[in-house]
Amino acid sequence: MRSVAFQYHAPRSLDEALAILAEVAPEDGRIIAGGQSLVPTMAFRFVRPGHLVDINRIAGLDRLSEQPVVASVPAPDAAPGTELVIGALVRHAAFHRPVVAGPLGRLLTEVAGHIAHYPIRMRGTFCGSLAHADPASEWCLVASTLDARLVLRSVRGERIVRADDFFTGVMSTAIEPDEMLVEARITLPSAGARMGFDEFSRRRGDFALAMALVSFDLVDGRIHSPRVGVSGVEDRPCRIAQAEALLEGCVPAIDVFQAAARAAAAAVDPLEQPQLPAIYRRELVESSVRRALERAWV
Amino acid sequence: MKHPITLTINGHRHEVEVEPRRTLADVIREECRLTGTHVGCEHGVCGACTVIVDGDPVRACLVFAVQAEGAQIRTVEGLAQGSQLHPLQQAFMDHHALQCGFCTPGFLMLSTALLERPDPPSDAELQEALSSNLCRCTGYKNIVLAVRAASKAMHATSGAA
Ligand SMILES: Cc1cc2nc3c(=O)[nH]c(=O)nc-3n(C[C@H](O)[C@H](O)[C@H](O)COP(=O)(O)OP(=O)(O)OC[C@H]3O[C@@H](n4cnc5c(N)ncnc54)[C@H](O)[C@@H]3O)c2cc1C
Ligand code: FES
Ligand code: FES
Repeated sequence: MRSVAFQYHAPRSLDEALAILAEVAPEDGRIIAGGQSLVPTMAFRFVRPGHLVDINRIAGLDRLSEQPVVASVPAPDAAPGTELVIGALVRHAAFHRPVVAGPLGRLLTEVAGHIAHYPIRMRGTFCGSLAHADPASEWCLVASTLDARLVLRSVRGERIVRADDFFTGVMSTAIEPDEMLVEARITLPSAGARMGFDEFSRRRGDFALAMALVSFDLVDGRIHSPRVGVSGVEDRPCRIAQAEALLEGCVPAIDVFQAAARAAAAAVDPLEQPQLPAIYRRELVESSVRRALERAWV
Repeated sequence: MKHPITLTINGHRHEVEVEPRRTLADVIREECRLTGTHVGCEHGVCGACTVIVDGDPVRACLVFAVQAEGAQIRTVEGLAQGSQLHPLQQAFMDHHALQCGFCTPGFLMLSTALLERPDPPSDAELQEALSSNLCRCTGYKNIVLAVRAASKAMHATSGAA
């Protein structure tokens, strides 16, 4: 099957892209980044955009950089530190090698290896994954668990949205039709932070049936500020407060991890899908959270 | 509305007029008449359509042809030099890495891009990357064997040069 006819725009600058997007948004004009989700959904005619604004010819959007965290709306309480800034055209493959020193760079490399297949990672982008908001997207889990800030720009101006407010459901986000996600910002964890990821899929490269991402600091041998995120299970990635509360202040140990994993399994409300009963998804959540915690620890 | 575009494929320029909705795979096959690039699933799953765009292996069914204007595109037709097979093609023959041959152009282009990387992939990385494409009849064992053999042959030659 072929996609419906559309008009193609290839702007050379961000301002030009935003101006075109503002003009074509009412006719379901959309951005095309890596095209690795958009082109198949167009081929199936699930979406029928009237215009595509191709951002691939805009220089500088593939920038990955580190900058001091600026306290801003909506993060006036942002802890001082450094953030990793991921531009709109940073491809999945950019993370095949660590992009920053320390635990975050290692984590992102591990996670990237689970996304689709090598040729798809050559084109698909980090920001495109967030904008697409598939409930089984690895990068959406990263953004949600690590409380990323998403920078949305349009001809009307710029706003920064927290991951919590960004994901609004299956394939839906806070991005307005005339807005572009220009970059994602993730605060760098402390050098000693422990991070772990686990995912279950039926075959390598398939979308996950469940995945978990955890991170914590160790203070005097005890878990401090734990984050437990789960995805692929509900309509969007979520943090599991019950599991985090159980971990806070504990000395890392298998039984502690197991209790947190059980709490996560009890807390999720899995999407009902054919051949994937909720009880099975809960079991996957339990093992994913436990394994992610074990990986963070060893 | 059709766009006049120039595609550079295996070093040759092809001037074509295409609607933006035509994929690179379709235009390579139907306008440029290079039918070595195969089309299976048309939604990114099988890898039969893999071509090399500016050095990277990509699914040609997931790129619109208008997006590839100005890029260096390589397809399976560009591998052999006259009657001299590319080392990967030779290795696929020697190791019986093809049966019906439908998936072969995709595997060849994927492997070519992998073996030309400045940091050649490890055995484990090769195996992982080869899982990107589907072969439904030969099986993967011989494909992995062939690519490893070609990797040795290619790196031995470049080392001697
Ligand atoms: C066979 C196959 C397997 C896959 N497996 C996985 C997997 O395991 N895990 C996974 O996470 N993904 C998987 N994917 C999807 C892939 O990771 C995509 O690259 C990703 O979901 C979308 O990124 P993109 O850059 O390709 O976006 P596109 O396809 O270009 O765009 C997707 C959507 O986001 C919008 N958009 C893109 N960029 C922006 C922006 N900067 N601002 C505003 N809107 C924007 C587009 O308008 C479109 O609606 C798979 C894809 C295929 C074909
Ligand atoms: S035809 Fe392109 S991946 Fe199957
Ligand atoms: S050789 Fe027949 S599908 Fe691979």
